[in-house]
Amino acid sequence: MRIPLSWLHEYVRPDLPLRELATRLAMTGTEVDRIHHHGVDAVEHFVVGKVRSAEPHPDADRLKVCTVDAGEAEPSQIVCGAPNVAAGQTVAVARPGAVMPDGTRLKAAKLRGVVSAGMICAEDELGLGTDHDGIMVLDDHVPAGTPLREVLPIIDDVLELEITPNRPDCLGLYGVAREVHAATGASLAPPPWSEDPGTLEPLDAAVARVVVEDPDLCPRFTARVFEDVRIGPSPIWLKARLLAAGQRPINNVVDITNYAMLLTGQPLHAFDLDRVAGGTLTVRRAREGETLGTLDGLERTLDPDVVLIADAAGPTSLGGVMGGQRSEVEPTTTRVLLEVANWDGPNLNRTMARLNLRSEAGARLEKSLAPEQTLEAQAVATRLMLDLTGCTLVPGTIDVGGPGPQARVIRLRDARVERLLGAPVSREESRRVLAALAFGVAEADDGLDVTVPAFRRNDVTREADVIEEVARLSALEALPATLPRNRTGAAATLGVLQRGRRRAEDALVGLGLSEIAGWSLTSLDTLAKLRAPELAHVALRNPMSEAQAILRPTIVGSLLDVAAYNVAHGAPGLALFESAAVYRPGGADQEPGLADEHHALAVLLHGSVGGGDWRSPAAAPADFFTVKAILEHVLATLRVEAGYAPPAAAPASSTVAPPALARMSLDGGAGWPFLHPGRSAAVLVDAERVGFVGEVHPAVAAAWDLPAAAAVFAIDLGKVLAHAPETTTYEDMTSFPALRLDLAVVLDEGVPAALVLDVVRAAGGSRLVDAQVFDVFAGDQLGAGRRSLALHLEFRAADRTLTDDDVAPARAKIVRKLAEELGGELRG
Amino acid sequence: MIERIAALRAEAEQAVAAAQDTATLEELRVRFLGRKAELPNLLRGVAQLEPAQRGAVGKAANQARQAVEGRIEERGALLAGAELDARLLSDRVDVTLPGAPARPVGRLHLLTATRREIEDVFLGLGFSVVEGPEVDSVVNNFDKLNHDAAHPARSLSDTFYLSEAVVLRTHTSPMQVRAMELQKPPIAIIVPGRVYRRDSDATHTPQFHQVEGLWIDEDVTLADLKGVLLAFARAIFGPDREVRLRPHFFPFTEPSVEVDVSCFQCGGTGFLKAGTRCNLCKGTGWLEILGSGMVDPDVLAGIAAHDYDPERWQGFAFGMGIERIAMLKHGFPDLRQLYENDRRFSGQFG
Repeated sequence: MRIPLSWLHEYVRPDLPLRELATRLAMTGTEVDRIHHHGVDAVEHFVVGKVRSAEPHPDADRLKVCTVDAGEAEPSQIVCGAPNVAAGQTVAVARPGAVMPDGTRLKAAKLRGVVSAGMICAEDELGLGTDHDGIMVLDDHVPAGTPLREVLPIIDDVLELEITPNRPDCLGLYGVAREVHAATGASLAPPPWSEDPGTLEPLDAAVARVVVEDPDLCPRFTARVFEDVRIGPSPIWLKARLLAAGQRPINNVVDITNYAMLLTGQPLHAFDLDRVAGGTLTVRRAREGETLGTLDGLERTLDPDVVLIADAAGPTSLGGVMGGQRSEVEPTTTRVLLEVANWDGPNLNRTMARLNLRSEAGARLEKSLAPEQTLEAQAVATRLMLDLTGCTLVPGTIDVGGPGPQARVIRLRDARVERLLGAPVSREESRRVLAALAFGVAEADDGLDVTVPAFRRNDVTREADVIEEVARLSALEALPATLPRNRTGAAATLGVLQRGRRRAEDALVGLGLSEIAGWSLTSLDTLAKLRAPELAHVALRNPMSEAQAILRPTIVGSLLDVAAYNVAHGAPGLALFESAAVYRPGGADQEPGLADEHHALAVLLHGSVGGGDWRSPAAAPADFFTVKAILEHVLATLRVEAGYAPPAAAPASSTVAPPALARMSLDGGAGWPFLHPGRSAAVLVDAERVGFVGEVHPAVAAAWDLPAAAAVFAIDLGKVLAHAPETTTYEDMTSFPALRLDLAVVLDEGVPAALVLDVVRAAGGSRLVDAQVFDVFAGDQLGAGRRSLALHLEFRAADRTLTDDDVAPARAKIVRKLAEELGGELRG
Repeated sequence: MIERIAALRAEAEQAVAAAQDTATLEELRVRFLGRKAELPNLLRGVAQLEPAQRGAVGKAANQARQAVEGRIEERGALLAGAELDARLLSDRVDVTLPGAPARPVGRLHLLTATRREIEDVFLGLGFSVVEGPEVDSVVNNFDKLNHDAAHPARSLSDTFYLSEAVVLRTHTSPMQVRAMELQKPPIAIIVPGRVYRRDSDATHTPQFHQVEGLWIDEDVTLADLKGVLLAFARAIFGPDREVRLRPHFFPFTEPSVEVDVSCFQCGGTGFLKAGTRCNLCKGTGWLEILGSGMVDPDVLAGIAAHDYDPERWQGFAFGMGIERIAMLKHGFPDLRQLYENDRRFSGQFG
């Protein structure tokens, strides 16, 4: 909302420098986005001049060489190109040094060899209008040398305000003036509609008629009729004001509707009554598929949610949003019907969104104005029509719907004000503030009875809303800063998941990994690059782009994106992690319609992840075991034990198209299309799948242009932490030493190490507290297809130091079970 | 006999004292105390002596042997120490070479680091940390937060919809509703998390992060909001900061305020030491950090599972952008850098 200061000053003139006014407005709830300087600069160089002579230019047919008396001792010579310049005129002169509205500084110049000391101005050159057909000719009684700013509004300051959506009353200049009045105490002039030159009796139905078929969508429709209208340009002052407020002048009638809207906040629309077929306007819902040519030159197809104004020949205007071409005011118009109506805000909002059409009028009306505002705008516009268009007013007013509901009275309790704000506001102060804002105020036992003005009807409906008015204008600036008493009865804490997440993140950072923040939104193309186009996912209905059209069902794509970005920027060795949500279609566990979100912790290693320094030049590549070691480190940090299972079956070849409706899941155990099928595993905690670990499929790495191998893991941190002990209980591990022994067993190489350890643990008895693989060896001497696993075993008793003899039976049983169940034999 | 012992002892002691290295000392030990040396042989021969002599000779020989042993040990320790010193002095490395193997430094992402910093401040002020779903219902994201049907934030151009009734949450505020539905008052929580809006430029990304705050009790006031946010601002931006409340409009708070913190670059003056206008606060002396207000009575009244009668219960809510706090603190110009994850950028933080 642009507020020209000169216009504001007609209604309120606070005794404050402009910047202080802006600050005061900001501190009372009206944000000032900018302060513009509108119009010319170096204003002392703009003066009134008298054209003493205007002779043809010797070398240019269209130019004239003028002698202009600008109030100085010697007249100036000015070359002018305007066709209408003539001796005897009083004109606006810009002298050298003047700065024009576009910022150019005028200099003395030679035009076709003739010196010109300035220029004689047309109205568009001064920001006063759009006319460039000729220079402005001013009243003769103004003496030469008069500063031009005393005659014409060539400079103005403009406040550009950000009006919050609850305050459509401030989308009119008088509403802003009321705010300035309340915020500064400067006195406020009566509203511009306080004297209505029109009358309110019904208009003669033979002149024009209005029928409202859908009063819920159009609560009030008013109209007045003007005859003998002469369409023409508006006077300079009006055009200058519109331009300063950001509106382009068109003609006097259209300018009057815009001016009245800017002043009152209430949009108006002028119809050429002679082009309203049948002289009757009908407000109704559009019929399905009905079309209308709007003033922006487009043909709009409508539906029954759109409310329109029709005449006997069909739709003529889009209610509240935009007029139609068929009945718009033209240069030949003589009879004007001025519509000022109130429309249902939410419906207009939907209409504009659906038609992708916005207008100044619609932007105001969608905020649900007060029906009372219609007659205010009629009063303002009627005055201007009579003054500026030479018309006569047909007596009476069409008024369908009438004023809005009775004003609400709200009790404002002094005690409640203090309890909500934490500081008292005196009743007298509340009364002053509310009265300044045009609320009615009456004394009550415990406070005030506050009557809400119509233009605040939608915004102020409860005591809290009234308290806000008092707070913003008189309590906020001096509000004390206090701290609440915590009576929740509980210490403030992080949740279990948050603590565990911090622990896991810190463990990864400690290992030298760097965290990333990926996009939750990704693309179907990313799924295709992951070789998982069928991965079940959640799609947006209104994405901003194809690249961000779905919610990521796996975090792996985000890590690959970041890896590819950094590789492309010269960082081949990467150790990255992300700790954030992934999203899958909601299941039975979720609230209807919501997604299945879980917090994923995921790592990606790419290229060299160790070595490569001056002592050990060989770099260690990222592979299954380097990434698994990190996973194990994290899980051990959280005290969670995990198992690892290879995919249940080889994943389907990417060349075989899966059934179109198949919705793939990553949790089924059939493998992960983006991982190396032989070097990937499910991560299991207590038989529950909590994630996967593996090397990135070479085809996937290639799809991201990664030059080296990459390995990843991703776990559902919530599932993992459900298995993490919140506390641990003491166990005596120091009173008696453990007995350690090593064992090497030769088995078929297809026997998984985990299975070997399972057999060992089952056979080892209660004193076996740990069993680990510490070496793997394969060689000719073991036979083809055989390998040796070297195991560390640790036995412990709570009550004494164990001897070799003590554990001999357990060791024998382990050896026997390994032989019986797995075909293992002791080595060496 | 006794004289011979004394002479041997004197000879040995003298030789030991003169030894200049541990190898010489070892030779002396063999020479004076070895199996074939004279002194031990004397000692072994004591049994063949007259009984009257045995005591005196044995004692003298034993004392002599112990004394020589002691001297050798002393001298040995001295020489070994000197030799170690000499060896270590010649065993030099180039201490300016880097450590190996290198241990690369990991970093938290700036958003996580900032989020934790914010969480910790509010934990200290008495707020528990809870989280909610990013995909949420229109009911929780808009309706129960008192957004009227025409509120522009609801439009398809502002908000990501998954269906007619489900959106990507546009703020962390729906968790206000969820938390109150789950827990009876009093309640004091913050809600960090990812949120989404259809917006993309240097200061907006379609996804960003907020921290919501909510404190409801019978007597929590707007002045308490100011106090809490003042404590927060000082913890994050420095002990000399001030805050001011600027009236604003949010559908789910009444009264609503935006909160500004005094500029930490210019000290709130709007001007830098050189007299130039402060570029951070644009000369205003204040930086907007968040939106907040007293929870709207309609929001409280809309809670079904517990009694949040707005005549009895009241409190404040606020919501701040983690990105904004991080940008203000660290001075980078383009929000999108946070999501580029260029390690030349992210390595500077966390």
